[in-house]
Amino acid sequence: MASDPLMSLESVSQIFGSRRGEIPAVRDVSLDLTAGKVLCLVGESGSGKTTTARIAAGLDRPTSGTVRFGGQDVWGGDRGAFREFRRSVQYVHQDPYASLNPIRTVFATLAGPMRRHKLVANRDEAWQKAAELLERVDLTPADTFLTKYPHQLSGGQRQRVAVARALTLGPKLIIADESTSMLDVSIRISLLAMLTRLSADLGVGFLFITHDLALAKYFGRDGDIAVMYLGRIVEHGPTRGVISSPRHPYTRALLAAIPEPDPELNARKRSAGSLLRSMDTPSLLRLPTGCTFHPRCPSWVAGECDVTVPTLDAVTADHQVACPPVLRQERAEPPVTVLAEQDGTA
Amino acid sequence: MTDEPVLAVRDLVVEYRTAAGPVRAVRGASFDLYEGESLALVGESGCGKTTLGLALLRLLPRLGSTPHGEVRYRRADGSTVDLLAMRKEELRRFRWHEAAMVFQGAMNALNPVLRVQDQMYDTIRAHRSMSASDARRRCHEVLDMVRLEPRRVMPSYPHELSGGMRQRVLIAMALLLSPRVLVLDEPTTALDILTQRSIVDVLQELRRELGFAMVFVTHDLALAAELADRVATMYAGRIVELGDARDVFAGPRHPYTAGLIRAVPPVVGDATEISSIPGGPPSLAALPPGCPFSVRCGLSAEIGDDGPAEVCVQADPELARVGTRHESACHYSDRVEFAREVITDGV
Repeated sequence: MASDPLMSLESVSQIFGSRRGEIPAVRDVSLDLTAGKVLCLVGESGSGKTTTARIAAGLDRPTSGTVRFGGQDVWGGDRGAFREFRRSVQYVHQDPYASLNPIRTVFATLAGPMRRHKLVANRDEAWQKAAELLERVDLTPADTFLTKYPHQLSGGQRQRVAVARALTLGPKLIIADESTSMLDVSIRISLLAMLTRLSADLGVGFLFITHDLALAKYFGRDGDIAVMYLGRIVEHGPTRGVISSPRHPYTRALLAAIPEPDPELNARKRSAGSLLRSMDTPSLLRLPTGCTFHPRCPSWVAGECDVTVPTLDAVTADHQVACPPVLRQERAEPPVTVLAEQDGTA
Repeated sequence: MTDEPVLAVRDLVVEYRTAAGPVRAVRGASFDLYEGESLALVGESGCGKTTLGLALLRLLPRLGSTPHGEVRYRRADGSTVDLLAMRKEELRRFRWHEAAMVFQGAMNALNPVLRVQDQMYDTIRAHRSMSASDARRRCHEVLDMVRLEPRRVMPSYPHELSGGMRQRVLIAMALLLSPRVLVLDEPTTALDILTQRSIVDVLQELRRELGFAMVFVTHDLALAAELADRVATMYAGRIVELGDARDVFAGPRHPYTAGLIRAVPPVVGDATEISSIPGGPPSLAALPPGCPFSVRCGLSAEIGDDGPAEVCVQADPELARVGTRHESACHYSDRVEFAREVITDGV
């Protein structure tokens, strides 16, 4: 825990301008990313998770706030530091069908960045290095894959190539944006297992973006989860803690909504009833006042939640939640034991 | 529920014409769908589940054909008709009226340049003579059923609606003429978790109220566990396991189904064993000999020494009864071991 973060986002905001007004895609987000650890960013579409990922990857400059890499402000003007940052942080896109150049072989895809950054002296060396990378991502025998074009590969294989490409420059941090959402269940798990191994073997840190808490739980077991809603982080803590005792009503609703491959368990979950007052996510153009979740929240307090914008506050040493009523309740009667209480309606 | 199925599919074969000759995407599928029942077709991409779903309503793309088999539909009055033998005009009347298709709403199933109300009116007018005010009332009714605000949704263009709203509009349209069978293709794929939840809730509620039967295609086993009374697992164009959802999820009798269930990480509690199925589905143009799953099958490898068991390579097993209302197409269905141990604390 105490190790210095590789990268920090400090009160980062991204406000897009549009003809219909300002769109606050991300507001006041602070996150630390650590080498060899996984941080899962969980949220629905429009929650700002991809915008946050793009800021973390240096693809977009935030409208306010600071992005630090190795302690240095990456937008501070030092071009060498920026290049170093961009090389150390790699992005794996969601759609393996769109992210690979269809007219390049796997070898050309992998060798390109290595040559551009002068990491290899000649073709033979590039070939050998590319083959090593493919072995790392379990595409063997590597030699047969190097000569293939993307259309000759399955979705899972393409995604492995995309991961291998992200590894070419020896990154310290990989940002994976819904990297498994297009894949079949059976392939998804093996890809995540491979990423877990990479994280352990190479000490690469991960920012894993997903809307699926079950995947976040599986991949980010030993890491942290940050739950986003309409541009803000509403809950943040160790994965196990957040999943087994979610505090924010939104996190609870997300967890309760996920079906399990077990009809009996689903029936039991469902008998608890709906946890939300409204199914519709408000537009970013017309955000509700106060806590933006209050129009959907089953346990909102009139006069408070629709007025005051909540900030993240600690429930336990490393678990934070942005919900004053929950925090109050928690402090008045601290839970005796931490139990899974997904079904509780607060 | 009566004893006669509303839809009886027998030995259905679907072929696609390709440059390299015909490819069989569905290789002899048989199942019954009873009134008010919900059946899930599950499997990996390319297993033929969507093709089978489309073939049920004869909505296959132009290069697809059904050289063999029967899709027998039983009307409300008890008479039956083979869909595959229907003439064009009959078929046109059949669709929407008796059975309707719900395509993936997040994709482009709605016409982007028509307002929702015009698409709905078109559907009604093509099938029934109805006054404008009656048509309007009916549209309001079905939109209410899927919990959409008619006043807001009707004058909107599809791009003005969210993915979840579009999916609900498609379900509402399918209900316009009160069909008895609904076929849904990946009804919740590409939607957010809470939106998925609302679609599932809407479908459950409507099924209880209106009593239609439905077949839905999905790769999401958890969705099948949530929404299906019965589950059919497909692999390489065949149904390899068919049974009541509770039986299939509690004790799958085909190693492929067992593998699929094991690959889903649980949210509640900790699963002791999550693993993926090695390899990928075979090409339908070049199937391995015998059971097409044998090359990926852990059970077969365990029984055979050095490779799949002999019988698995020799013969492609037929669906056989393994329990009341439970069938499996595996030579070793009695040896499929499955324990999805989930350690929960407090739920």
